[in-house]
Formats: sequence, structure tokens, C-alpha cells
Amino acid sequence: MTHPLVSVRDLVIGAVTDSGREVEIIRSVSFDIQPGEIVALIGESGSGKTTIALSLMGHCRPGCSIGSGSISLGDKTVTDLSEPQRAALRGTEVSYVPQSAAAAFNPSQRIMDQVIEVTDIHNLMPRKEAEEKAVELFRALALPDPDSIGQRYPHQVSGGQLQRLSAAMALIGDPSLVIFDEPTTALDVTTQIEVLRAFRSVMDHSSMAGVYVSHDLAVVAQIADRIIVLKGGEIQEVGSTRDILENPQHPYTKELLAAFDPVPFVSARAQDVERRKPILEVKNLSAGYGAVVKGVPNFKVLDNINFRMERGTNLGVIGESGSGKSTLARAVAGILPRYQGDVLSDGEELRADLKDRTKDQLRRIQIVFQLADTALNPSQSVGSILARPLHFYHGLDRKARERRVIELLDMVQLPSNMRHRLPGELSGGQKQRVNFARALAAEPELILCDEITSALDTVVAAAMLDLLKELQRDLGLSYIFISHDLSTVEAICDEVLVMYKGKLVEALPAASMSQDAAHPYSRLLISSVPQLDPDWLVNLEHDPEMIRAMDGR
Amino acid sequence: MLRSLTTWVLVGQRLGIALITLVIVSFAVFFATEMLPGDVAEILLGQAATPEAVAGLREAMGLNEPAFSRFLGWLGGLATGDMGRSYVNDIEVVDLLGRRLGNSLRLAAVVTMICVPFALTCGIAAAMWQGSLLDRAVSILTISVISVPEFMVATLAVLIFAVWLGWLPALSYGADATSFVALIKAYAMPVITLTCVVSAQMIRMTRAAVIETINTPYVEMALLKGASRRRMVLRHALPNALGPIANAVALSLSYLVGGVIIVETVFNYPGVAKLMVDAVATRDLPLIQSCAMVFCVSYLSLITLADVIATLSNPRLRQ
Amino acid sequence: MIDHHDTPRGLRLPRFGYAFNMTGRIGLAVILFWAVIAIIAPLITPYPPGEIVDWDYFGPVSKSYWMGTDYLGRDILSRVLMGARYTVGISLAGVTLACAGGIVFGMVAAVIGGWFDTILSRLLDAFNGIPSLLFGLVVVAAVGSSIPVLILTLAAIYLPGSYRFARALAVNVNTMDFVTVARARGEKTGYLIRAEILPNILGPVLADLGLRFVFIVLVLSGLSFLGIGVQPPHADWGGLVRENIEGLSLGAPAVIFPCIAIASLTISVNMFIDNLPKKIRDRSQ
Repeated sequence: MTHPLVSVRDLVIGAVTDSGREVEIIRSVSFDIQPGEIVALIGESGSGKTTIALSLMGHCRPGCSIGSGSISLGDKTVTDLSEPQRAALRGTEVSYVPQSAAAAFNPSQRIMDQVIEVTDIHNLMPRKEAEEKAVELFRALALPDPDSIGQRYPHQVSGGQLQRLSAAMALIGDPSLVIFDEPTTALDVTTQIEVLRAFRSVMDHSSMAGVYVSHDLAVVAQIADRIIVLKGGEIQEVGSTRDILENPQHPYTKELLAAFDPVPFVSARAQDVERRKPILEVKNLSAGYGAVVKGVPNFKVLDNINFRMERGTNLGVIGESGSGKSTLARAVAGILPRYQGDVLSDGEELRADLKDRTKDQLRRIQIVFQLADTALNPSQSVGSILARPLHFYHGLDRKARERRVIELLDMVQLPSNMRHRLPGELSGGQKQRVNFARALAAEPELILCDEITSALDTVVAAAMLDLLKELQRDLGLSYIFISHDLSTVEAICDEVLVMYKGKLVEALPAASMSQDAAHPYSRLLISSVPQLDPDWLVNLEHDPEMIRAMDGR
Repeated sequence: MLRSLTTWVLVGQRLGIALITLVIVSFAVFFATEMLPGDVAEILLGQAATPEAVAGLREAMGLNEPAFSRFLGWLGGLATGDMGRSYVNDIEVVDLLGRRLGNSLRLAAVVTMICVPFALTCGIAAAMWQGSLLDRAVSILTISVISVPEFMVATLAVLIFAVWLGWLPALSYGADATSFVALIKAYAMPVITLTCVVSAQMIRMTRAAVIETINTPYVEMALLKGASRRRMVLRHALPNALGPIANAVALSLSYLVGGVIIVETVFNYPGVAKLMVDAVATRDLPLIQSCAMVFCVSYLSLITLADVIATLSNPRLRQ
Repeated sequence: MIDHHDTPRGLRLPRFGYAFNMTGRIGLAVILFWAVIAIIAPLITPYPPGEIVDWDYFGPVSKSYWMGTDYLGRDILSRVLMGARYTVGISLAGVTLACAGGIVFGMVAAVIGGWFDTILSRLLDAFNGIPSLLFGLVVVAAVGSSIPVLILTLAAIYLPGSYRFARALAVNVNTMDFVTVARARGEKTGYLIRAEILPNILGPVLADLGLRFVFIVLVLSGLSFLGIGVQPPHADWGGLVRENIEGLSLGAPAVIFPCIAIASLTISVNMFIDNLPKKIRDRSQ
């Protein structure tokens, strides 16, 4: 056995809470990384994966500090070094690829200056040589216009390109360890593939070791040699990628894997569909933002959307960021008035602006947003958040409201005493349940769910989906489910609309999306969803024409 | 560096907005002063204010014309540099104001030259070593200065430099100083007082602006590249804080033209603020209006300048 | 302009679940002290504040005159105690009016948006350009000084700033999803402002009110110092400094104590606002 490159022993990292109490956020973590090996740290939010990764650079976020234990990197013990000595390691021995490259690039400097900054800080090579090396890296990372892209400012290149540029920034100092901190989480699936491919090819052709931090097992499977599963600041399980995927030991790992196999969805379609009018029918809908000139807004987002939806069925809307899927929900709800087309519910025309709709029309269609953090008023208790629609739509008195609030909490499987809490005191999953219960309080027929499971951890999101299905059975609801995550949509919808650049490209039955997809974009999108198979990325072949069409994003 | 056309369009927009605001302000100034109680003709005539005399004077001064046409006439006059004649001493307002404005601007220029470099250095240093002894000392000092009325700073300066040490005269007649030393002595006290007051504001706002940019992911990224604290602040945080800092400096400096009334009073310095206060006492409308316009123009041009600097320093807005 | 510097770690008041450090507590104590004085001043003045009680003018600190005597031989302690009424009372009334107006207009502008917002914002921005003390001087000189005029003038000076601050906060809250949800539910503007926006901007708005209170105290003192604030024989603290300014060269306590009173009030408001009690959120609980 060779001498390990990184060796972490009994690492304890503490944080100070607002009240001045010390808590351990990392508890006695030990692991090794061999030279050239890529190790994944996987876990949900709050599991400490980023904290551990940053500690390898000798850095802790404000409020945290390394309590005890040791970290050694090569022949140096990081935990014993002074701050200037640690700074000397950063960029040359160990480097960092951030989660959001868009935020990690200084908006007022050209990209090249930032990529080669490491060589300037540590006096590694003359500027000219560094620029040549950077261009070489740009080429290796398959960036377009490698010779001139460095002259641009960060806001002039796309998110996927920035993420690859940030990898170039990390590699320029020839470090022996690169830390990837969820580098593809903020990207669309089709972009994610290109970035993953680029990372893999650079890492394959070098002898650098890597730490890959992620919450997504399928992504990690494509790039890591070994996986460390974390929860609550402790290591749950360590094993080779194949072992973890095929033979998980720890219950938590099993749960993570189980969330990847959705239970096939059985539609709750009403029996008398034929006799009743569709719950939602959208004809030639167009909507956009900005100043309106001659009845047409400056920035058109939705272009001529048509679909219909039967009572008791669920409709999925997929597409990547900027495809207009959230705008569709807003236009249907009347938050963003359409400028053209019709929206009908039960054959009844809904006016473009929600101000012109009747209270009953508003009640029947409710919208639930992605981020429960911003969707719940932080200064109102859960009880009063849920009570407001009861008073507003149904005019219940205080006593009846209280009773109904408890019922609603019970429906979303939350304890009744939670009504006295403020949203800030709940976990992410609990907040999203309250967010959903508020829509239920209106007793709607159709709920527009805008990415409501996207911000949740895998296991929590799976439980939320189960709850939605159960409520649908009991209450006869219909959902429009907007998501960028195909497996979520697959798990709950009858039919799926694929959106691309504001247009509806295809409508597919959810159960046979991958077989039935005919449009090249739908095929690209569906085939880009990472699979748990470690060989998936290597074997994946894409329509070269579509990829060209997508390039530059 | 090549600036695209849109940059200049943006700058042009800023100037356009400033110009429109100026017209609105001039409108407000004109009609606000019109509403000052007391009839000008009666005040001017004093003892001799017989009804006939008042009516005659009103006619002669054009006071009987509709207010709006008088406003347009006044605005046109301003645009061509004709501010009218003072009611009280029958001198061209331009001459009266010009001399005082020169005094005010001279004082403002001296204070600016001392204050801006000093305040920026202190603010940036305090942000760079946030939480250090220096930062705490700067915080306590600035908070004390902005918490204390200006006349206290001024009287304290008199107490120390004029009464106890006897180095400087308690009163200032800057314009009449003959020798260089006398000039410095004449200006020293107002300058010391104003520097204290203005830089305290500027330091606090600069520090807050820099700290806000220090807490961004790209500055953390610089740390993870091995950059020193100095480099993080000067290379990464500061260029992005330029807009807010320019704004802070502009706001503080705008104070130097009209806000110095206390200093002008305490040190008997003949500036514009004092001129305006005297003009109000005598109901000298053309003078009041012109003074008010001077303050608004100086404020607007400083704010617009800061806006333009912010636009030019931000590559997002620039291209 | 709240200063976010590091403060010594908070002490814990377990019963309320708030952390409140020493600097903040001292600030609050001094504020409360002056507030109480302002209310009970007439009951505790050792001498009638307008009465000449000593032959000696600019008298030193003594057993019978704790803060010395003024330029006419009146007791300074009594005059400082009564001055608290004018300074604290006028400033409080002014700041309340300014902030109430600013907050209401700011929230309405943020929620309604469009032309109403643009015009109101431009107008008040332009008004901001007029130097505050000078505006006060002009108005008071023109209309004549009385306490209602002082209060209204001070409120008018600080309303645009308060509007700007509240509007910026309200615009941020207004973009939050919970406001969109309420709108989609069909709620009216009044409800949006009262239930969704106001509670979420209240904290920063109150801190802003504190800072503005300091500015108003300073401007009021400045006006009185220039002789157009509170009129004799009454005097606020700024007026006391003006009356006794000749005692400066003698180092008379008559001019020093009113200065200390002003500084103690304004500094402690600043201290309190920079160190407001923080609610303890223990993530691990």
C-alpha cells in the first residue's frame, strides 16, 4: 500500500450557535485518500460534507472551527499550520471548484485574470506562460473559443461554461488534490453531462486526486472511485462505488438508493371523465414580461401553448431553466396575465388577470411554490398561515378555523402542536408540508406544484411525493407538477409536457417517456438524466446535432 | 478600455434623469418661496407702505403676473445666467452669490482634499481588519463624532486651539487673509471641524460597503486560491464596492455646500448657507431662490457623478 | 447606516430567549433614564428652572447647585432636567411623524408600484437634496418658531429618508413568494401591507427610527443653537448651550453639562441600535 495523500484522523469541527453554545457539526471523522483517487462525500444538507471538504484546505466558514483531530496533506499537517502557511497550500497543493461558479467569479474582472490568479499569488510562472497553460486547459475542458474566452467577463458566458472555467482555475496550479463542491448541482441535466464529461476526461489524464461533494448518487457514480456516506456529521458507510451501489450495508444508504426506484404511478382518473368538461384547458396561450407594446410584451416567454387536462389526472411539465415552465404556472394562475389565448376550467373561461377572477375561481386553482423558506411568511405562526385561506374563502369562525387547522396539519402528517411555531423553527420538509397544507385549506380542485420537491433532500422528497399521491386518492385532486427532475415527474404524473425555449415541443405519457419520445430535444433531455450505473456516462451517446444546437449554454 | 454605445446611453439616461429632477426641484423651490408669508412689496417699502405705493411697486416688479408665467421667466433667466436683482440691496444676485459661492467652494475643496483620502483609507482599513483593535477604535470614534452635534465639535475646537493653546484665531475671515500662514490659520478651524464631521460619515459608509462585498462567494474563492487578506480586499472586494463608496462620498460631500451653516455661524465664515439665512430674514426672494438652486444643483451633480462612476465601474452595466 | 461590527459575545437571558450584550444594555438604560426624566422633570427640579437663584453667574459645581449656574445665575441642573422634556419630546414627536408617514407611503409605493411609485420616489428624492438644517432654518425663520412648527418641520425633513428606507425593504419583501401567494389568493392591498409586509420590515424600520431620532435631536439642538429652536425663557439642551456659550472660555459647567446631556442621549441610542437584543435561534434544538 502506498502512503495516502490525504489522511484525516478523528476530525471534530465545532460551531457556535447564536446563544454562544458550542455544538459539534463534524464528529470524529477519519478517512484516507490515495494519490490519484477520486473520493465522493455524499449526504443530505447539513450532513457536513462541504464542511469536511473545506477543512482539507484548512478553511472553516465563519462561526466554525476545527476542534480536534488532524488533517494531513502530503507531508504537511494542515491542522498544525499557521494561516499564512495554509494560504501557501491553497491553489498549489489543494484547490477548489465551487458549487456556484456564477457567484464565485468576481464580476468586475476578466475571466483570464481570475483563472491565472493562483500563479500570480504563488509566483509559479510568468504571466505569458500562465495564459498559455490556461488556454490549454480551456481546450481540454472542451470550452468554445478557448483562445478568446478568457478575455470576457463572467456575465458574458453561460453557467455550464463558467463551471468548467472554474475547474480550469482550480487546475492551473497543478494541485495534488482538487475539491469539487457540488459543481453540477446548479446546472441543467443536459449541461451537467458536458461538465461531468469534461471533469472526467481531465481527471483521467492526470494523476490528481479528487474529493467530489454531492447529494446525488447517480452523478457521483459517474466520477468517483470510492464513496463516503455522511449523515449528521458522521460517516455512515465507506466503500467502492460499485459496492455501495450494488450492496449497500447501512440503512441510510439503502434509503438513498430506494429513492431512485420510484413506485409506478397508478392514475386516479375519475370514472365519468367523458361526461365532464376538462378541469383545465389551455388554448394558444402566450405570455411574457416587460413593457407592453401593441398588446405584446417586450420579453415573450410562452409562445402559443395548447393542452388539456382531465379531472383527477396529473400533468407533468419538464424542461430546463428558462424554458418557461414556471411562467406557465403563473400564467394559468393569473399572477402573470397572458396577452393572448384562453384558459378554461370546467369549460368556464378564466380571465387573464387574477384581479378579474371571482373568489371561487381563485379558490379552485391553488399554486404552491418551490422554496418554502420564501413561500411562508416568517413572522406568522403556522396556525395563522393556514387559518387565513379558511377565513378568506370559507369565512370560518375562530373555533372552526382552529379545528380545521389541526385537521389540515394531520392531513400533511404534522403534529397539531406545530401550529404555534414560526416557519423558521421548522425543517425544510416540514415547511414544504405546511406550504402544501395552505393550498389544501382552500379546498381546491387543481394544485399547481412549482418544483415543490426540488429543494428537498432525496429521502424527504420521496416521502413528500408519497403524501401527495395519498392526498390525491382521498381528496380527488388534480396536480400540475412542474419539475426539472424527470424521475419525480415520472413518479406522479399521467402525462408529461416537454417545454423548450417557451414552446411546448411534445406531450408524452409519463409511463413510457423514454420509448415514446420523438422530438430530438425530448430525447436529449430524457437521456441526460444520470443513472445509477457507473458506466452510464461512458456508454452514453448523444445526437451530435442536438448537442451542437445546445452548445453555448 | 473600450466602452460600448450602451454605456454612453446609460450615462446619458442618468444625466437626463438629473435634468428632469432639476426642473421638478426648481418648480418646487419657486413655489415654496412664493408661499413664504409676508408681501414683498410691503416689506420693501416698510414705513412708506401706503396702499398706492404697494400697488405701484407690485406692478413695477411684475408681481401681478400669473405665478406660472413668472416661473417660466425665472427659469429662462436661470438658464442664461440671469438670476435677477436682489430686492434688498439692488445688486445683481449673480455677483452677490458668486463671491459667497467662491468662499464656500474653497472651503469645500480644502476639506474634500483632506477628507476623502483619509476617510477611504480608514474605512477600507477598518473593513480589512474587521474586528481588530483598529476597527473597534475607528468604530467608537466615528460613532462618537456622528452622535455629537456639530456645534459641539466646533466649540470644542475653539476651546482647544484658540482658548487653551492659542494657536489659531477663533474667527475666520478666509477671504481677507494676506500671507500664506494667515490663510492657513484662517481656514484651519472650519476645516478641522468639517473634516471630523464629514469623514465620520464617510468612514462608516465605506466600511459597511466594503464589508458587504467581503462576504461574497467570490471573495471566499480568492481566499481558497491562497490570496492574502490584503489582496482579497484590494483586488476583489474594493472594485465591486466602488459604486456604493462613490455614493457614500457624494452624499457626504453634498453636505459641504449647504450643510455647513453651523460652521459658518460659529466661525463667522462668509459662505452661501449664511447668505441664504440672511436672505430669508429679509424676504429677498431672488436671492433665496438662487441659493436654494445652488444647493440642489450641487447635490444633484454629486449624486449623478456617483451614479455615473457606479455605472462605469460595473462591467455588467457597461456592456 | 447600521454598523454591523462584531460585538462581544452575548450574555444569555434564558427566560426570554434573547441575547443582549452589555453595550446594548447600557445604551437602553441611559435612554430609559432620560425618558423618565422627561416625564417627571417638574417634580424633581430642585429650583424653579426660570428663577435666578444665585448672585454669581457661571457658578461652579457646588453642593447647592450640582451643575453650577448659568449666565443669569439660574440653576443648570433644573434647566437640564426641564430641557430633557423639550429635546426628547419634540424629537420623539418629530421622528414618530416622519417614520409613520415614510413607512406608510413606502409600503404603499412598493405594493402598488408603477407610476405612483415612480413619481413619489422622484419627488421625495429631489426633496432629499435640500440640506436639512438649512431647510429647517428657512421654514422657521419664515413662519416663526413654535413647538408645533418645529415638530412638523423636523418630520418633513426626515420623511423622505424614512420613505426611501421603508420602500427599499418593502420592495424586497414584496418579491417574496408568500406575498405572491397572498395575491394569488385574491387578497387586497390593505391586507398585503398590514399582514404580509409590515411585520417583516418592522425590525429594521424600528432601528432606522432610532437612528433618525438621533439625527433629529442633533438638528433640533442645531436650530436652538442658532437661536431659532425652542424660544426663551424655555430652553432645550441646544438652547442651553447657546445661552451659555460665553462661559466656554471660562470652562463653565453651564455649557459643559448640556453638551454632555445631548451626547449621552445620542451616543446611547446609537449603542443600543448597534447592539439590539438578538433572538436566540439554536439550530440544534
